[in-house]
Amino acid sequence: MAESFACSFTATELDARSGISTVMERLRDIDLPEDRAGDVQIALAEAVNNVVEHAYGDTTTGDVRIQCRIADEILHIQISDAGPPLPNGELPAGTPAEISGPLETLPEGGFGWFLIRELTCRLHYARENGNNQLSLFFELFPDRA
Amino acid sequence: MSLTSTKADGAQIVTVNAERIDAAMAIQFKEDMRAETESGPDRVILDLSLVQFIDSSGLGAIVAAMKQLGRDRRLDLAGPTPMVEKVFRLTRMDTIFNLYSSLNEAVSANET
Repeated sequence: MAESFACSFTATELDARSGISTVMERLRDIDLPEDRAGDVQIALAEAVNNVVEHAYGDTTTGDVRIQCRIADEILHIQISDAGPPLPNGELPAGTPAEISGPLETLPEGGFGWFLIRELTCRLHYARENGNNQLSLFFELFPDRA
Repeated sequence: MSLTSTKADGAQIVTVNAERIDAAMAIQFKEDMRAETESGPDRVILDLSLVQFIDSSGLGAIVAAMKQLGRDRRLDLAGPTPMVEKVFRLTRMDTIFNLYSSLNEAVSANET
């Protein structure tokens, strides 16, 4: 049996914070295992932060729409926005940030896509009708495989 | 952003009185850390035990706070909750910082 819901919020940092909390509450209602909730929240927050920071510039803002569906022990979260497409129309590689240098060169950012890739089992990006559609997939029971 | 600061055994302990260090408060956190640690002991212990969630912006702000201290001082982390610990581990930032499971452990490590 599949269970799903959708919600949307304005792409600002504070609305994103409460929007993500709402999504996490509803995911728990539809039986997201508690031990998976942390991973989902980290990846979802990074993906939504990217939309807030990059998809909508400083001058315009818009909505972020989130659709969640659990079926066949997979959680699928689709994040949609009407901002400009990802650079080159493709997902960033998400290579780990370089941390071997001296103190002054330690990175203060660039962890986001790496975390998203580490925490999801699959990622998919599509540009459709002027919208970005990013799909994150999570196995509900990764230890069973 | 709410930080409180005390001193113990020659170290400064800065406690984050917030449930999250995220994109919405990362810049404020960095500025508040600068104000709290402008002068004081060489060792600063950041007590994260109340922080339930951190994102990459918050992680970057903690890295920035360490860089602000310069080479002669250091920032240690105490009491990371599971999600905070996970973000540090995945990004391998757990190899850059000394992470102590509790504030007591961090403070007693000071004596050796």
